[in-house]
Amino acid sequence: MLLIYCPYCEEERSELEFRHGGDAHIARPTNMADITDEEFQDFFFLRDNPKGLIFERWRHIHGCGRFFNAARDTVSDKFVMSYKAGEPKPDLSGATPATEKPLTEKVGETHEATEGTAK
Amino acid sequence: MADQALRKAPLVGRHGGSAGARVTPAGPATRLSLRAGTDAIGTLSLAFGLELPQRPKTSASVSGRHALWLGPDEWLLIDENGADLMAIAAGVSALHSATDVSHRNTAILVSGPDAAGAIASSCPLDLGKTIFPVGAAARTVLGKIEIVLLRTGEEEYRVECWRSFSPYAFGILAEGAEDAAL
Amino acid sequence: MSGANRIAGQGRLTPAKTARFTFDGKTYQALEGDTVASALLANGVHLVGRSFKYHRPRGILSAGPEEPNALIDVSRDVARRQPNVRAPVQEVFDGMKVESQNRWPSLSFDIGGVNNLLSPFFAAGFYYKTFMWPKAAWEKVYEPFIRKAAGLGVAPTEEDPDHYANRYDHCDVLVAGAGVAGLAAALAAAEAGARVILVDEQPEVGGALHYDMSVTIDGQSGYEWAQATAAKLKAMENVTVLTRTTAFGYYNHNFVGLVERVTDHLAKPDKKLPRERLWQVRAKRVILATGSIERHMVFANNDRPGIMLASAARTYLNHFGVAVGRKVGVYTASDSAYEAAFDLKRAGVTIAAIVDNREKPGDAVLTEARRLGIEVLTGHSVVDTKGKLRVSSISVARNGGGSARAIPVDALLMSAGWTPSVHLFSQSRGKVAYDAASGRFLPGTYAQDCLSVGSCNGTDGLQATIEESLAAGELMARATGNEGGAKVELRGENAFEWTGGMAGAGEGAGVDTTVKAFVDFQNDVCAKDIRLAVREGMHSIEHIKRFTTNGMATDQGKLSNIHGLAIASEVLNREIPKIGLTTFRAPYTPVTFGALISHSRGELFDPARKTPMHAWEEAHGAVFEDVGNWKRAWYYPRSGETMHDAVNRECRTVRNAAGLFDASTLGKIEVVGPDAAEFLNLMYTNAWDTLKPGRCRYGIMLREDGFVYDDGVVGRLAEDRFHVTTTTGGAPRVMNHMEDYLQTEFPHLKVWLTSTTEQWAVIAVQGPKAREILAPLVEGIDMANEAFPHMSVREGKICGVPTRLFRMSFTGEAGFEVNVPADYGQAVWEAIWARAEPLGACAYGTETMHVLRAEKGYIIVGQDTDGTVTPHDASLSWAVSKKKTDFVGIRGLKRPDLVKEGRKQLVGLLTKDPNVVLEEGAQIVADPNQPKPMTMLGHVTSSYWSENCGRSIAMALVAGGQARLGQTLYVPMPDRTIAVEVSDMVFVDKEGGRLNG
Repeated sequence: MLLIYCPYCEEERSELEFRHGGDAHIARPTNMADITDEEFQDFFFLRDNPKGLIFERWRHIHGCGRFFNAARDTVSDKFVMSYKAGEPKPDLSGATPATEKPLTEKVGETHEATEGTAK
Repeated sequence: MADQALRKAPLVGRHGGSAGARVTPAGPATRLSLRAGTDAIGTLSLAFGLELPQRPKTSASVSGRHALWLGPDEWLLIDENGADLMAIAAGVSALHSATDVSHRNTAILVSGPDAAGAIASSCPLDLGKTIFPVGAAARTVLGKIEIVLLRTGEEEYRVECWRSFSPYAFGILAEGAEDAAL
Repeated sequence: MSGANRIAGQGRLTPAKTARFTFDGKTYQALEGDTVASALLANGVHLVGRSFKYHRPRGILSAGPEEPNALIDVSRDVARRQPNVRAPVQEVFDGMKVESQNRWPSLSFDIGGVNNLLSPFFAAGFYYKTFMWPKAAWEKVYEPFIRKAAGLGVAPTEEDPDHYANRYDHCDVLVAGAGVAGLAAALAAAEAGARVILVDEQPEVGGALHYDMSVTIDGQSGYEWAQATAAKLKAMENVTVLTRTTAFGYYNHNFVGLVERVTDHLAKPDKKLPRERLWQVRAKRVILATGSIERHMVFANNDRPGIMLASAARTYLNHFGVAVGRKVGVYTASDSAYEAAFDLKRAGVTIAAIVDNREKPGDAVLTEARRLGIEVLTGHSVVDTKGKLRVSSISVARNGGGSARAIPVDALLMSAGWTPSVHLFSQSRGKVAYDAASGRFLPGTYAQDCLSVGSCNGTDGLQATIEESLAAGELMARATGNEGGAKVELRGENAFEWTGGMAGAGEGAGVDTTVKAFVDFQNDVCAKDIRLAVREGMHSIEHIKRFTTNGMATDQGKLSNIHGLAIASEVLNREIPKIGLTTFRAPYTPVTFGALISHSRGELFDPARKTPMHAWEEAHGAVFEDVGNWKRAWYYPRSGETMHDAVNRECRTVRNAAGLFDASTLGKIEVVGPDAAEFLNLMYTNAWDTLKPGRCRYGIMLREDGFVYDDGVVGRLAEDRFHVTTTTGGAPRVMNHMEDYLQTEFPHLKVWLTSTTEQWAVIAVQGPKAREILAPLVEGIDMANEAFPHMSVREGKICGVPTRLFRMSFTGEAGFEVNVPADYGQAVWEAIWARAEPLGACAYGTETMHVLRAEKGYIIVGQDTDGTVTPHDASLSWAVSKKKTDFVGIRGLKRPDLVKEGRKQLVGLLTKDPNVVLEEGAQIVADPNQPKPMTMLGHVTSSYWSENCGRSIAMALVAGGQARLGQTLYVPMPDRTIAVEVSDMVFVDKEGGRLNG
């Protein structure tokens, strides 16, 4: 169960109060009626599903009700930050989540690590 | 002309709880879902006779009238004396939205030394004394439903929920009250 | 004396406090505080169960939750019965009934034991190979046979009469484990002022101090210090101490699941007590002080009853006062097992020999053994054991070969060293690291805000453990903003430092042997099975695990993982860290469904939402149906009526006179603000700026992809205020959808949304007499047809209370929907009913509502649409504005697939035989004689008997449907093919004149 910082309530609250809202920073075209099929496809259907850092929308639906954005690592589920809707996408290129550190020789591999080689 | 229709509250006749936490239906109240931008807060506060809170998880109360911060532009106003809040809002020209939710919500009062424990049986909010002090208010969840929780005293809480969810809320609070008193 | 093996003066239980229980029907006496395991051992019972696969006799291996063998069935009464309980964990209560499992006809004579003789057929991976042919036999022959022969306990059949509780809690520091390390950490954190929760799975705190008598802390015996410390902590306001409570799962963001066993140890629990309490704890910091688990030695026939872990024997002696045998052998690779021999010897038990597979054990233990006159055989191993239902002798040989010497014993204690309990750490997604020097996996890279202390962190010395734990407690308290309190200092002393340990197969069970040297007792996995798995090509530890089932039993390999890994490492000729450890999964030990469900059962399983008129409906005989969480009146049968009769009568009555319908569950959203109309323009396909105050319009909401998402009637109450209705099921998602666009795409619009679904009770009054019924009750609204036409809304009073009165219809009749504040719903309904009934009207339910709307071809979103239907497909093109330059879905509607010919479209269907009612969901074809698989043209979405039409009617989604009007199509059913004619969707009053009546 995640603990999510709501930038409006200014504190961390249980995931039970939130609803996930898909990828962030996908602006609806202002000339919606006129965009091409390809543009519509990119806007509506195609998503990256990255391993690692993702910018996503959450709604504090059973709290303040606000939509906001968060940067989360999809491997560790750690939130790097969350920020209000409408604020620009932060530059987090320098941030390296803890679990992305390379495994040393000494570190025993766990299931997630070995699964890839055990096909 | 027919007789005036009689009012029937959703939790009429319900009682429950334990020695440590009493669970009681609250009396009827008028309620307003008030929405407004920052610039209207002063005018609205004057009209309603209390300072609309602007900090998260806070509330303001003046003689039976409460204003609960629910979101950055959203308040739940409750008047236990049944004042016509819609009429007050109608007199304010500053841009706002007021919607009557007096009958949408009903309230359950939880009181006693184990009141916080009773609520914690199904509410994930941290109810610690410094985290959720007297006057704290928040929309949150209780089991499978949404509630608005207001701490009205050291050992007193008001749980607001939608009327059709109130038997569930009452039942789960009553069970929580039994367990908290053990 | 409660058991012949209880030694006077030993242990901490009170001899006078006895309890009686039965095991397989025989009554035994126990002492208060006994576990089932200690009580059985006190009575000389070692044979406790049969193994999973081979049905081998098994005894009690451990004194803790890691127990793989002694699984029992415990009951209080018929309904309160629990299988697969671990005997060393379950405390005895007076009157408890215990049964052994997996044996027939009896524990000592078990026919299934033949599996042991057939064991060549049950080698690792046997079910992947042996039972593959013939395919059909798996389901009918092999699986049922295996299920019967192998397996654990039998699930109870009665409903669980107990109740369970849940508690959310929050703390600064959660400490898992209350041994020396956990107690010290909790004390330091608590003294600093932190909110602390300390949990331990045992009835009392103390951990290893239960059996380790050599420890003193601040001059006190270790055990007494532990109890005194727990008492001190319990008295502190900022501390919660939970015993009999297992931290079973460590989830994201320091969310830890605990289960507290409240009544399982009580003879007559207060009915108010929950059996178990689930604690869902959010901790700012976690300290893991989970200790270590002793490993067994892997050698031939190491599973006979009477063979157990050395630390378990110490626990039984020092805490429970029970000698596990009278002539006890010890087989070890670690100094720690010597302590068991010393304690037993001092208590008067004969120690047959200590067999140590190492050449050079620690000097201190050798000296003490010599002093006590115990024979120590270094560089020797136990290579086999004998004894049918309990071990009777061990065969001991010099390492590397030589003749074996038989030593008679009635119990054998073993230790291959200690495995740090990194389960919770691993669940937290921390990465373990292999410490080659000590041969242990230890916490390596942390993923969450936690710290491991004590032996689970590989810290061996007592004082080192104390200092590490105190420091961790203080650090975590300070990290969570607690600065108060005095620094805690503790001085611990113990007699010995321990060394040693091994992993993998011992002498006589190595490569090229085929003896049964058990690695995983619960799943009957032997050393040879792991080697077989490697030979068969399993080189990943995850594959070896699944092929052999090593570590997959309910004990999750607490004893077997490291041995299995070492054996695989040897055969694969790869170092242990290169092979890797399997991942630990929650729960640490099994958790009951009851605890996880806690309050969510019976009436609290899910909210049952009832409308303000529910009581009236119930009193008037309504049958209810579930619509989401709502209970809706479905139909109102009169005496002797079937559902069909009732619905037909209701349908006739509404069209001939009038009907009352409870529409309160419809979603309602109040849209308020100067930009309300502009916002609705964007949310719906229709135009709203042209709608005048006092008028209503049917609106369609799309998703961005152009498909119908919801529909409903919207009334404009004022320039800046709309009353929007949604479908019953769609209310929450429509609200979320609208908030989403308002907040994130159109935040410049000055408009706010409020859910008012439950503010209003809604009474639909439909039919030719609707106005006559309502008019006398209404004040302040001109009810005349011209003044208040179809699709209008007025505000006024009814029965003296405020109303929003809608002139609208979902039946095709002239009709009204009376909205009143919900608390007045029932009274207003009763007042309307008092007028309606004498005029021949009826109350009708959702079934009649469905039939009446289908007679008019009104769609139900989610029934006639399925998320792939556009307004054009549903013949609702008239509701899509052609003037607007934007609305949600405008671009989606132009997608190539949405405009192409031959899309499925909603049409009516009339069966050739008017008495046949189609099945909803039935498929439609053009040619019923085509070969299978047939080309499906679509399916029936709604189908009813229409009493008003005197025939069946249906709606269907049919490819190119609107171009097929008049065509004959076919609905193939299992027993016949039904011919249908495609029609339009309006079956009653095609001109719509009745709406304006």
